[in-house]
Amino acid sequence: MTAALTLQDVACTFISKDQPGQRYTAVREVNLTVAAGEFVSVVGPTGCGKSTLLNVGAGLLLPSTGSVTVFGQPLVGINQRAGYMFQADSLMPWRTALANVSAGLQFHGVAEREAAGQADDWLRRVGLGGFGDRYPHQMSGGMRKRVSLAQTLVLDPDIILMDEPFSALDIQTRQLMENELLEIWQAKKKAVLFITHDLDEAIAMSDRVVVMSAGPGSRPIGDFPIDIERPRDVAEIKTSPRFLQLHRAIWEVLREEVLKGYQQQLKAA
Amino acid sequence: MWNFIKPRGGNLWLWQVGLLLALFAFWHVMTVPGLIPPMMFDNDSQAAFFFGEPLKVAERIWAWFVADADIYQHLGVTLAETMMAFAVGAGLGLGGGLWLALAPMASAILEPYIKAMNAMPRIILAPIFSVWFGLGMGSKVALGVTLVFFIVFFNVYQGVKEVSPVVLANARMLGADRRQLLRHVYLPSATSWVFSSLHTSVGLAFVGAVVGEYLGSSQGVGYLILQAEGSFDINTVMAGIVVLTAFALVLDSLVGKAEKHLMKWQPKSGETEKL
Repeated sequence: MTAALTLQDVACTFISKDQPGQRYTAVREVNLTVAAGEFVSVVGPTGCGKSTLLNVGAGLLLPSTGSVTVFGQPLVGINQRAGYMFQADSLMPWRTALANVSAGLQFHGVAEREAAGQADDWLRRVGLGGFGDRYPHQMSGGMRKRVSLAQTLVLDPDIILMDEPFSALDIQTRQLMENELLEIWQAKKKAVLFITHDLDEAIAMSDRVVVMSAGPGSRPIGDFPIDIERPRDVAEIKTSPRFLQLHRAIWEVLREEVLKGYQQQLKAA
Repeated sequence: MWNFIKPRGGNLWLWQVGLLLALFAFWHVMTVPGLIPPMMFDNDSQAAFFFGEPLKVAERIWAWFVADADIYQHLGVTLAETMMAFAVGAGLGLGGGLWLALAPMASAILEPYIKAMNAMPRIILAPIFSVWFGLGMGSKVALGVTLVFFIVFFNVYQGVKEVSPVVLANARMLGADRRQLLRHVYLPSATSWVFSSLHTSVGLAFVGAVVGEYLGSSQGVGYLILQAEGSFDINTVMAGIVVLTAFALVLDSLVGKAEKHLMKWQPKSGETEKL
């Protein structure tokens, strides 16, 4: 079976615009595979280039070296088969919730009425039926995230890239959203590449957790399969013995990197 | 008593109207010959000669609008010039701003020229325009366009440059091609900047029309003022100014209405209702 998304020997070096001599290697020697229907989380200390990896997978960023393969095809330009849920607010502020969700369909040439119908359906699925005519500034952060989720999923992408999608939410909303996402994923079985700095979240959601080393030049240093049966409830699962065991094992690897990353930030400051 | 007339939200307009009446009363008392002994001038009628008399100004306005009803043609011309100058200037500014913001090389080449044209006192182009386009409406519209264009142009340019990169990346991931990005991301973002400059640009279109008329024309409110000035008819000049001011206010409130309608997606502070 071909993998949904493969990063092979990917390295990303950024050149400072003001001082061309100054270089910064965010990630290097990255080999990462997400199988079709697999939920993979990437955890790592802050500034370890997690978002860079996601941008490479989305085709928004060209890697300095290495290659990206999507369902066996080398990636050229934007990754058409992927949906991307951004960390920051990414809704178009001049569109209502409904128009935001239907935007992707509209871009793909779906008829207006058909697009609005599907968008409405997805809004209801993320619990925002009846909020379709609200503008982003009229909604709370949690509601905006739900609209983003609907906006990404309405296109039915084969690969879903998520960049700390719930990091800005309070803990209760977050658990609700995590459970919702798991439910939707369970039904559709898409390949998910999920970036987070929260190890609990990573273990609770994923089939596999990849640990990145501290930057600069970070790379995957650990790969842990999460063998907890599904369906899961993210709140309940956190007290199960297997969860704690896995948490301890991964934290062992992650802790050192977090400390390293912290030291580097102190040095830089 | 004081508590009743103390300025507050509810009687704000009363105070505003009262202030206007007080100003007119002051004007009246200071200028009508023989009402008070002359202070600044040698004789009674000089104040009226230099500053006009509010009653005569009102009489003039009444004659324009009701008795003779002969100002409508001139007002229509001035308003038509304003509208055309605004429409053409805003359209060109929008197009030019979008183009230069999305074509960095062209913008780099043209940068010094745009700076020079913006820095130039463009009112001075009026004589050239009257040579090119004659004394009719064309030269006034052209002058208004040069004034409006740069306001809109710079705002659109800025607006496109400041499109949120996340929103842009998101639209691309949702499958927008270049044309769709322009239509659905750059343009709405830029229009919000156009609207933020709308009050200024409509005002400047009006300035272009009136100044153009004043410098040479055969119709329009600026022409009326020019004629009156030629015969030292200060009351008519004042009447013209009052009419222009009133219409500028009307235009501004129309713009405010349009803005409110089209910009309802923009956050406003303080949307709560006190119960």
